[in-house]
Amino acid sequence: MIFVELILQGLIQGSIYALIAVGLTLVYGLLRILHIAHAALFTLGAYLGLLITNATGSLALGFLVAMVVVGVTGIAIYRFCYHAVLDQPPHVALIASVGLFIAMEEGFRLIWGPTSISFSEPPWQTAVVVAGIQVKTADLITIPLAFLLIGGLAAIVAFTRIGLAWRATVTDPAMAGSFGIDALKVRYLNFFLGSALAAAAGVMFAILTNFVEPTMGGVPSYKALAIIVLGGLGNVRGTLIAALMLGVIESFGTIYLGWAMDRDAIAFAFLILVLMVRPQGLFVRS
Amino acid sequence: MQYEISLAIVMGINIIFAHSLNMITGFCGQISLGHAAFYGTGAYCSALLAKAGVPIPLCMLAAMAGAGLFGLIVGFASLRVRHDFLAITTMGVGFLFIGVVRQQDFLGGEMGVFGIPGIVDDKFLFMVIVLILAALVIALAVYLKHSWLGFAFDAIAQDEDTARTVGIGVARYKLTAFVIGTALAGLAGALYAHYVKFIGIDSFGFVESVTVLSMVIVGGIGSIWGVTIVSAVLSVLPLWLQFVSDYKLLLYGLLLFFVMRFSPDGLDGLIRWIYRRIAATIGRPAVADAE
Repeated sequence: MIFVELILQGLIQGSIYALIAVGLTLVYGLLRILHIAHAALFTLGAYLGLLITNATGSLALGFLVAMVVVGVTGIAIYRFCYHAVLDQPPHVALIASVGLFIAMEEGFRLIWGPTSISFSEPPWQTAVVVAGIQVKTADLITIPLAFLLIGGLAAIVAFTRIGLAWRATVTDPAMAGSFGIDALKVRYLNFFLGSALAAAAGVMFAILTNFVEPTMGGVPSYKALAIIVLGGLGNVRGTLIAALMLGVIESFGTIYLGWAMDRDAIAFAFLILVLMVRPQGLFVRS
Repeated sequence: MQYEISLAIVMGINIIFAHSLNMITGFCGQISLGHAAFYGTGAYCSALLAKAGVPIPLCMLAAMAGAGLFGLIVGFASLRVRHDFLAITTMGVGFLFIGVVRQQDFLGGEMGVFGIPGIVDDKFLFMVIVLILAALVIALAVYLKHSWLGFAFDAIAQDEDTARTVGIGVARYKLTAFVIGTALAGLAGALYAHYVKFIGIDSFGFVESVTVLSMVIVGGIGSIWGVTIVSAVLSVLPLWLQFVSDYKLLLYGLLLFFVMRFSPDGLDGLIRWIYRRIAATIGRPAVADAE
């Protein structure tokens, strides 16, 4: 029974990782930037979702506002931060991103205080028994929600004109440009969608833990970086598989490797192990 | 005076630490997001050996050897992965270091290591030792940069494949850079441990790795004087910013952001740019006179 429970917990955690990591891998696929400040967008999403739900009583509104506002913030980050340093060596964008992340975390602390806040009426807390395991409704909703959101993203990329433009730009930016695709619009879309997903992950994480604090973004986001590397940087399908895999490995690792290292180290131990065998990541687009 | 001495000690340690990373990231072009792990290795090695009664100079040598050995292992990783992959791998090494140390009771675990003996009782003398070591490290950096080894590092940093094509043993030089850089980080860590006399795992986390990387990049990657000045200034900046203590990390983050946004080559690039502007302004009338 513990196996099933560990797998379920792993998949729930993995879904959250997947929602964060998809945005990161989209940014990487398009611009070759490691977007550390993505972590702050996750936190911002959690704060907005929680505060609006508390203020209005509507969780749906919380999700919506968080995703839209964070999506727009993502566009602003691209416009004012990355756009100007695209032709610089990659570490420039990386350090700018780290600086922005630190500043944003501090901003959250100054605005909303250093202590954690929680839902006045935590949603989806009803206990349900599934296959003999007691879980909360929120646990059950996380996985389908992640699939729905990422599926929606995949549908936009696969079936819409802007999705087509996005794929063309990723494959060959110069060629796409000469066919009249507005690269800037594609990048805006990319940052909007990626950031909105991170916000959804933040709200969902807030519901699962009922605990929102300024530094909550750090660890999940560093792991998301490990995940996008495992998934083969820029590869969305690989990222999803890697995220779920890592969630499960972590929940097993905490039980069986807890004597050697803590939970957060397991993800990176696995990452290093994989990279030494397959330096290009687990799943690589040829 | 005590306060100024403390500042000088912290500056000296940070200068050594920043230069140790500059040799790997600046000279040899191998980005590292987990350099605090080697700093931590040095600190733990020296602290535990000194507590076991080993003479302190030996402890510090052992700290350098330990960190260098760890660096050699991570260096092998740099042969497998490059660029962004290397950045994430080294970040992983940092988290792995923390995660493993945290769970080991003989390393102090969550509690850290207490009662580490100092090198000398007199604080002023300790400052002199630290500053001399920092000066030696800067001298080593200058020497390396202009040595054959430094040229090879530079070639690898510029273009690894071309370097390999012209017959530079890329693997050997990368490993050398990692061993020298991480051993010096171990030295900085050992000095830190003997200075504060208490080490906890939280002092060697991702934030420290990013801080030291930002010292190198804000100074101007590969620039010796830039890194020296910026690591000295950034190590006292949080203290100078005490009057805005609540906003200091915010300012620190924004500083990193704006330097990268408006002067991607750091202080070194900024000074060169100003110098060129001045040269151009002074130069122009001279040209006009000639005509």
